[in-house]
Amino acid sequence: MYPKDLKYDREHEWVRAEGDVATIGISFFAQDQLGEVVYVDLPSAGDSVTAGVSFGEVESVKSVSELFSPVTGEIVEVNDALSDSPETVNEDCYGEGWMIKVRLSDTSQVDGLMDADGYQEFLAEEA
Amino acid sequence: MDGSVRKTPLYDEHVALGARMVDFAGWQMPVQYTGIIEEHNAVRSGVGIFDVSHMGEFRFFGAEAETGLQRIITNDLAKLSHVGDALYTAMCDEDGGIIDDLIVYRSGDLEFLVVANAANRETDWDWITAHLPESVEAVDESDRTALIAVQGPGALAVVGELAEASWSPPDRFELNEVDLGTVGALAARTGYTGEDGIEVFCHASNAVALWRLLLSFPEVVPCGLGSRDTLRLEMGYPLYGSDMDRGVDPISAALGWVVPSTKSGFIGAEAIGRIRDGGPATRLVGLTVAEGVPRHGYGVLHEGVMVGKVASGTFSPTLGHGIATAYVPSALAGEGTPLEIEIRRKVVPAVVTRPPFVKNTSLSAIRS
Repeated sequence: MYPKDLKYDREHEWVRAEGDVATIGISFFAQDQLGEVVYVDLPSAGDSVTAGVSFGEVESVKSVSELFSPVTGEIVEVNDALSDSPETVNEDCYGEGWMIKVRLSDTSQVDGLMDADGYQEFLAEEA
Repeated sequence: MDGSVRKTPLYDEHVALGARMVDFAGWQMPVQYTGIIEEHNAVRSGVGIFDVSHMGEFRFFGAEAETGLQRIITNDLAKLSHVGDALYTAMCDEDGGIIDDLIVYRSGDLEFLVVANAANRETDWDWITAHLPESVEAVDESDRTALIAVQGPGALAVVGELAEASWSPPDRFELNEVDLGTVGALAARTGYTGEDGIEVFCHASNAVALWRLLLSFPEVVPCGLGSRDTLRLEMGYPLYGSDMDRGVDPISAALGWVVPSTKSGFIGAEAIGRIRDGGPATRLVGLTVAEGVPRHGYGVLHEGVMVGKVASGTFSPTLGHGIATAYVPSALAGEGTPLEIEIRRKVVPAVVTRPPFVKNTSLSAIRS
């Protein structure tokens, strides 16, 4: 449920860093807590995001959650398919359910995030 | 109410099924088992079952029970011409404020069964018993009664298969006795989903057996309060505490149909009559939005000016967009009136829509 090759933050986003581009989505725990996702509100390519600052919203029948960026940089791609198929976030949160790709201002910022083991420990403490 | 958490006789069943439990009016209730939309769709297209044992059941016996209750409720008990007949009604205070909405059954010759909202059980009991003649015997059967709602186009077939061969389903808004397996029960053709179905009352000690019997059918899906809310809002059925409370009267709450203009002499009659004659200042209306999910408390605007707040709001799984109810000034209550809803940072267009939002259900089929 928590792939080893990803990094995670305390707001339940995941990050897949490849070179200076980071793909961002929400974790299995986050999508499970929300329930069936009905809307994903994302910014546009070219917008900048800042670590710890909201960049969008994800909404289910029962609740709405803000999306917080785990990193700082410029958005190079947005998963537009989610506007028509928001349920993809539940079905494949680490694959087709990704949300944005960000060109990192500094690749070392990913090092400060939790690895899969650290995130699972964090979840256990939260519960 | 004390602060302790209440559980229905089916609590352990819900936990064993993996339900996500939430507090509802002091009760631990399942909000969902697998997913709200999945459960919602099961009821619209198949069969779903809901544990609604948290609701209140009161029974009133005696020669003066009918005249006594007639003074307490807004709808006309005389409509219940036969044993087994039921009606939906409001119960108001002297100012016309809604204390609760109820279903009243003529359960015997000199006997009535009243079903009340869980959150209002104590309030309703105190109010009703304080206003009934002393000769009426009143029994609070809530704790010993379980209530399972079997809802959906396939609901009658499932109940029919469990019932004795001689049983036939009651007509809409009627009640009869039924044996489901070894469980003696009352079957009411009522519900809160807009689908055809049966609400089954049984003794609390039989609830688990009945629940498991129903779930032995592969097509029967356990459903939580989450889908109960989306289903009822698609039909525009009001929810006490969101769409109405002591601060509003039935006319403003679009419940004028449960206050027959021919009836007088009930508590609140004068106040409600004045509001009906003068026209209410605000009305509960339905709203449709194309974008985003309206939720309780969000602002409703007209040409940028705040005119009300969302009472109930959700994403409609059947329609695929947001729906809501809100109190708005009567001048803006006409169908098709363009309004706006403030959904957090965005102001989105909303249109006044006459409920039900979803029209072609199995219930509309039996009504026509």
